[in-house]
This record gives sequence, C-alpha cells and structure tokens, in this order.
Amino acid sequence: MATIAAPAGQRSGLLARPIAPTGVWSWLTTVDHKRIGILYGTTAFVFLLIGGLEALLMRTQLAVPNGRLVGPEEFNSLFTMHGTTMIFLVVMPLSAAFFNYIVPLQIGARDVAFPRLNAFSYWVFLSGALLMHFSFIAQSVPNMGWFAYANLTEKTFSPTPAVDYWVVGLQVLGVGSLAAGFNFLVTILQLRAPGMSLMRMPLFTWTTFVTSILIVLAFPVITVALIELMFDRLFGTLFFNTSGLNGDPIVWQHLFWVFGHPEVYILILPAMGIVSEIIPVFSRKPLFGYPFMVYAVASIGFLSFTVWAHHMFTTGLGPIATAFFAASTMLIAVPTGIKIFNWASTLWGGSISLTTPMLCALGFVTMFTIGGITGVMHASPPVDTQHQDTYFVVAHFHYVLFGGSIFALFGGIYYWWPKITGRFLGESLGKLQFWLMFIGFNLTFGPMHFLGVDGMPRRIYTYPDGLGWNLWNIVATIGAYTIGVAIIVFITNVIRSMRNGEIAGADPWDGMTLEWTIPSPPPHYNFETIPTVHGRDPLWLQKHPQLDGHGPGGQAAPATAMQHAEQEGGHEHPHMPDPSYWPLFAALGLLVAGAGILMTASSTGYTMLVVTGVGLFILLVGIFGWSLEPVNG
Amino acid sequence: MQIVATAPPVHQPPPTHVAETTNGLNNRKVLMWTFLGSDCMFFGALIGTYLIYRGKWLGHPVPTDVFDIPYTSVSAFALLMSSLAMVLALAAIQRGDTRRLQIWLLVTAGLGLVFVGGQIYEFATFGHEGLNLAVNTGGTTFFVLTGFHGTHVSLGIAWLLSLWVLAKRGVITQERSLDVEIAGLYWHFVDIVWIIIFTVVYLIPI
Ligand code: HEM
Ligand SMILES: [Cu+2]
Repeated sequence: MATIAAPAGQRSGLLARPIAPTGVWSWLTTVDHKRIGILYGTTAFVFLLIGGLEALLMRTQLAVPNGRLVGPEEFNSLFTMHGTTMIFLVVMPLSAAFFNYIVPLQIGARDVAFPRLNAFSYWVFLSGALLMHFSFIAQSVPNMGWFAYANLTEKTFSPTPAVDYWVVGLQVLGVGSLAAGFNFLVTILQLRAPGMSLMRMPLFTWTTFVTSILIVLAFPVITVALIELMFDRLFGTLFFNTSGLNGDPIVWQHLFWVFGHPEVYILILPAMGIVSEIIPVFSRKPLFGYPFMVYAVASIGFLSFTVWAHHMFTTGLGPIATAFFAASTMLIAVPTGIKIFNWASTLWGGSISLTTPMLCALGFVTMFTIGGITGVMHASPPVDTQHQDTYFVVAHFHYVLFGGSIFALFGGIYYWWPKITGRFLGESLGKLQFWLMFIGFNLTFGPMHFLGVDGMPRRIYTYPDGLGWNLWNIVATIGAYTIGVAIIVFITNVIRSMRNGEIAGADPWDGMTLEWTIPSPPPHYNFETIPTVHGRDPLWLQKHPQLDGHGPGGQAAPATAMQHAEQEGGHEHPHMPDPSYWPLFAALGLLVAGAGILMTASSTGYTMLVVTGVGLFILLVGIFGWSLEPVNG
Repeated sequence: MQIVATAPPVHQPPPTHVAETTNGLNNRKVLMWTFLGSDCMFFGALIGTYLIYRGKWLGHPVPTDVFDIPYTSVSAFALLMSSLAMVLALAAIQRGDTRRLQIWLLVTAGLGLVFVGGQIYEFATFGHEGLNLAVNTGGTTFFVLTGFHGTHVSLGIAWLLSLWVLAKRGVITQERSLDVEIAGLYWHFVDIVWIIIFTVVYLIPI
C-alpha cells in the first residue's frame, strides 16, 4: 500500500522538517495551498502597483504633445516592463492565487496533489520576477516590447544585456508556471471528493483545469523559443540571425505566438471562471446552460492552438494560411458568444443583488464583450492591416485584459475575501472603487479606439501637435489617474477590513459551492470530513432541496444533498503534510543559475557560467533533499 | 502490481492522506504523464525549428555532409536496448527481486551512457570537420535539438543511478516499485523521442 517505508525514509532525510506554525519561517517553508495562494496574491498586487506606476508614467508622458518626462529609451523600457509585468507578474499570479486558495476547497480536497511542488512554483515565480527586475539595478531594462521580436533582439541590434534579463526572467517564470500547471491538472483529476464528477465541477474549477492544460502545452514552446534566443545571444547560434546566414526572424514570431495566443486564454479563462461563480450567486439562480459553458471553455482551449498567426497577418503568410487563420480566429467568437449569452440568461429573471463582486462581474461581461468585438474586427486580415501597431490594438487588448481579467479578478477578491480573511471588504468603498475604476477605465481606453483609427501608432514616446490626437490623449491620461485613485480606494478598503471589517460567517453570500460549507477562514485541513457530493452546486442543493428536478443539472436532489463521509476515526484533526525547506532551497538554485547566465551575458567570456553551475548544483541538492524527505515527517 | 488503492469503501479511514484518489490512479504517475505530454511540445518546437531550416542551409559543412549513419545507428540501438533493460528492471522489482533490479538498472544506465558517450564523440568529430553551432543554421538546429535530447538522456541516467543507490541500500522494495515504473515512463519516452529525431534528422534524405 501507500505506506512509505517510514524508518528508512526518516533517516535519509537531510533536514528535519520545520514545524513552527507562525513567523517568517512558517511562511518561507509553508506547503499549505491557502498560504501559498495568499503569497501569490500579495506578490501579484505589489507588481500591479509597479506595472501601474509604469503605465502612469507613460500616460503622463503622452498627456500632451512633445512630452518631456521621459526620453525614447525610457519609454521603450516602460512599455516593455509594463506589458511583461501585467501579463506574467499580475494577471497570471493573481489567477494562480485563486487556483491555489479556491480550487482545493471547491473540489472538497485538503490540499493540492503536490504541496511541496506548489510551494516550489511560488518561489520560482518570485525568482523569475526578481531576475527580471534586477535589470533596474543593472540599469539595463528590457526595451524591445513584450513580444521581443527578432531580429531586434539579436546581439547586433541589442548589444546590452537588457534582452537577457527579459529572457532569463521569463524562462524562470515559465518553470514556475509549468510546475503549477502540472500540479493543478493532477489535483483536479485526482483529488475530487466522492461524487464530484467532472460535470459537477464548479465552473471556476473547470476553467482552472483547461488553463492548466494550456499552460502545460503552451509554455514548453516559449521555453524553446527563449532557449534559442539565449543561444543566439550567448553562443552565436543563428536561429533568428539575419546576417547573411539565412536565419529567419519570422520563426521567432511563429514560436512566440504558438505560445502567445494560448497565453491570452490563460489570462482570460480563469477570469471567466470567476465570473461564472459570481453571477449565479448574486442572481440567486443556478448558472444557465452549465454543460454548454463547459463545452465552450473546452473548445476555446482547443481552438486557442489553431489561431496563432492572426498576430502575423502583416508578415505575408500567403493567401491560404491567411484565410485559414482568419477563419479559425472568427470561429473562437462562437464559444465566446455562447458564454456571454449564458451569463446574460443567468441574469434573466434572477433576483439580482448589485454587490461589489457582482458589479465587477457585470463590468467584466460588458467590457469583455467590447474587447471581444474589436477582436473579431482584426480577425479580418485587411482590417488588421489597418489596425496593426496602432492604438486601436492597444484599446482592444486593454478591453480584454483590464476590462476583462482585471475586473473579474477584483470581483474574485471581493467575493472570496470573506472566505480568506473571515471579514468583509467594505461595500461602500467597494462600490466607489468599482465606479471609479469603471469610469476611469473607459476614459483611458475608449478614446484609444479613436486614436488608433486616427493613425496614432503604438509604442511612440511622443507626438507632435496638430495631428488631431491632443484631446483624446489628455482624456486617456485623466482616465488613467482615475484608475490610480480607484486602486488607492481599494488599498484603503483592505486596510479597513483587516483592522475592523465586518465579520463574515462561513457562507456570507448564500453560496452554492463547497468552499462555503467550511468556516471562514478555513482551518488548516479545510474539511473536517471529506464531503460527498450528490449534484452540481452541492451547497445550494443542500440549502434548497425544494429545487428538486429544476435544480442545476436537472437531477432530483436527494433530501440531504451532501453527506459527510470518510470519518477520521479517532483523530482530532486530519494529518496534513508538514512544511518543508526544500521548495525554497531548490528555487534558490534556479535564481542563482539565472543570475549566472545574466552575469555571463554582462561579461566577456564564459567564466561566469560557473555561477550557473553552482545554481544547478543547488537545485540538484534541493531535488535530492526533497525526494528523500520523509513524506509526512 | 496494484500500488494505489482504488477508492476505498466510504467508512474505512484511509491509512494516510496520500491514499486514495478520484480515479484510483497514483498522483505521481499522472504527474509524469502530464509532464511527458508537455515535453512532447518541447521537442515538437525544437524539431519544428529544425524542419523549418532543413535543407535550406548555406555553406559547408552542413549536417548531411558529416553524418555517419552506421555509427549513429549503433548508439541508437544501444538506447533502444536500454528500454528493454528498463522493462526487465521494473519486472524484477514487481516480483520483489531487488538483486535483479539493481543489475538491470545498471544495465539501463550503462546503455544510456554508451549513447551519451557516443553523442559526445560524434559532436567532437563533427566539430573537427567544421560543423559547429555558429557555422550555419544546419549546425545551429542540429546541435541544439540533439543536445537537448542528450541532456534528457543524461538526466535519466542520473535518475536511474540514484534509484540504483537506493535499491542497494534496500530502500526500493516491492511496495515501492512505482518509483521504478515512473522513471521507466520517462526513460521510454526519451527513447521514443530519439527514434523520431533519428528518423527525421539522419534517415530521411533531403
Ligand atoms: C492603469 C491601467 C493601465 C494603463 C493606464 C495602461 C497603459 C498602457 C500604455 C500607455 C501602454 C503603451 C502603449 C504603447 O505605447 O504602445 C500599454 C501597453 C500594454 N499594456 Fe497597459 N495599461 C494599463 C493596464 C494594463 C493591464 C491591466 C494589462 C494586462 C493585464 C496591460 C497590458 C499591456 C500590454 C500587454 C501592453 C503592450 C506592451 C508592449 O507594447 O510591448 N496594461 N499600457
Ligand atoms: Cu491571438
């Protein structure tokens, strides 16, 4: 059976497992999915502030013609770091925060499948973020845009190590994402409570599942692209080098977007999942068309691998490829439309309460719809040829990324905050934040549509007077500062809630899913006894058995929709995995290895690769210590 | 050999939290399968890059100038045979035969070493004949693709040797045959990838 030879294992552990329940070390060594979720969330929020500051700098520079706040070089660095930060250090880890905190609770599990791997993911993520931001200390900040097109990134054109910081940082971030992707895939496949069949999983768990598949399949491709770019820069290979030896820069674009388009669904699917949790609860109706939602999520996941070259229409792909990618891109509008109609139908006839989470969810649906429509517009190659590299594209992707992901993620924060902390975030401040953000957002990015069709190119650090761009630029800047104020309101709300927020019970919103069956904040082991699930929306079925055949999923709900099974005979609490030093230690190895590559890139010769060797050695020791550690010490 | 209990009867407390899973499959085994799926995309991207440039190389030598197919066939054969040894290692521990386990683990790792040694020698020879990372896109894509495969094999060897040490110290018992099985999954995968690379890179004429 699964009992590991305990005595032998115990002796071969290199370090005793840390056990202190509080203090810094308890956080550094934690393997609790809830704490890791909080770490992800907090870190991502810090980067939201950094990325937001970069955005405000850009908007201040562009407020009026001939702005002189920053020069062209700084501006290049600002949009590169802003884009990269927002995508990889804000939206992804904020989503990961919810994967971590919520998914095990929604499926009735005590933790993820691999708690230590989970901690490793977080520390690797942090290492990657740090490596990338060391570029500020080295004063060599990445400046080639978030998709780093070749051959600008070749040594000839970018001789400073700026590109290397981006390459190495992103590479390490990718390792962390992959580890998390594996973990959540296995967790959702393997750790569902009895009765929680796939078609009974909450929508957020479903989107996490499909997102994990996308991560697992898309990130290896960017890993390869980054390896090839790194080899070009360090060892003189010719993957994307055009200096007469026929390397082809378009190859980079293919590799990048084979990853990049699934990546945008990695950014939006979790948001869609959150919204699909919020709307039913605050409409007091089960989600309309659950199976179609699931099929839509799955088919979006699949289609996302077939559309990458819509980012490359202007490279001259030839008529057949162009037609194919235009058609497949337009096809994605079908499952997306299905979702929008399902959300709308859930609202239809519901008794709607406009709480802050609900407002954010509605903000998501409306703003994402606008971003989706402009998306279908540039699915058409001739239209895209007009839009490419103008502010129209900037407007489009902020409507999906900010209007979509960020609104939904704030909705998730307001929705699950009471579960996580046991206290409510203030409703009036919440509403104030929402409306400030909503108005500010539309002021910032709505006018960019006009700027785009008026011909204002993206990624310009300034513009002359008299082109008709002045009005909308100053409006956009005012909007950006309004968003800044909204974020300050949010921070105030958080501080107030932590000081003396209203106490929330286990189930403050009359929720439907399993996370609301346990206390807020949940105990270390989540569920005293593992629940048995008899239908979709188990808690809702338990509270409203009269729903009967009209209940979600259409099955008759048994008198007690949810029983508790698996008595932990005799034990007071279930035994949980102990904290461990090894995830942090192994991640440190990657940090050192990455730093070694950066030192090599910043020097001549290869002596600094020794540091990389040391880092890999630390990683190796970490892996050995990890695998020899007694499983439950 | 059934390692993981299928979902146990409801009233019976599981022995530890590692026990049962929704599907009755072992978590680590599912993890390895998902990793291998992911690694398919990794090699897919590398092979894809190779294919894009294949035959469009400029200057000489290009990979096909220096290939010694009989030589590489021998080391490919060694790698193929190592998969057989891996199967025998797993079969041994599933029977509880730790002595044969150790032998077959060593044979597997040894054949893997023959392959990696062969690759190092091959790289050195090609280098002498003027094919290197920076000479043309042929050298670039060839070395990076086969090099990363070689790295995969080397990591596999390190893994097998660690298992061998653990087996010698009596840690790997019949109950832990899963440890061997998972390493085996990885090993067979790396082996299959080489069959593809060998065919695409060496055998199919341009
Ligand atoms: C305060 C809110 C924000 C403001 C004011 C803002 C503003 C800007 C500006 C001015 C640019 C540069 C456009 C250019 O020069 O081409 C930009 C680029 C970008 N932004 Fe934002 N942004 C905000 C939030 C976000 C969020 C939340 C995300 C993603 C989740 C995001 C993702 C991006 C990306 C990917 C780029 C492209 C970078 C590049 O061109 O390489 N932004 N943003
Ligand atoms: Cu796309």
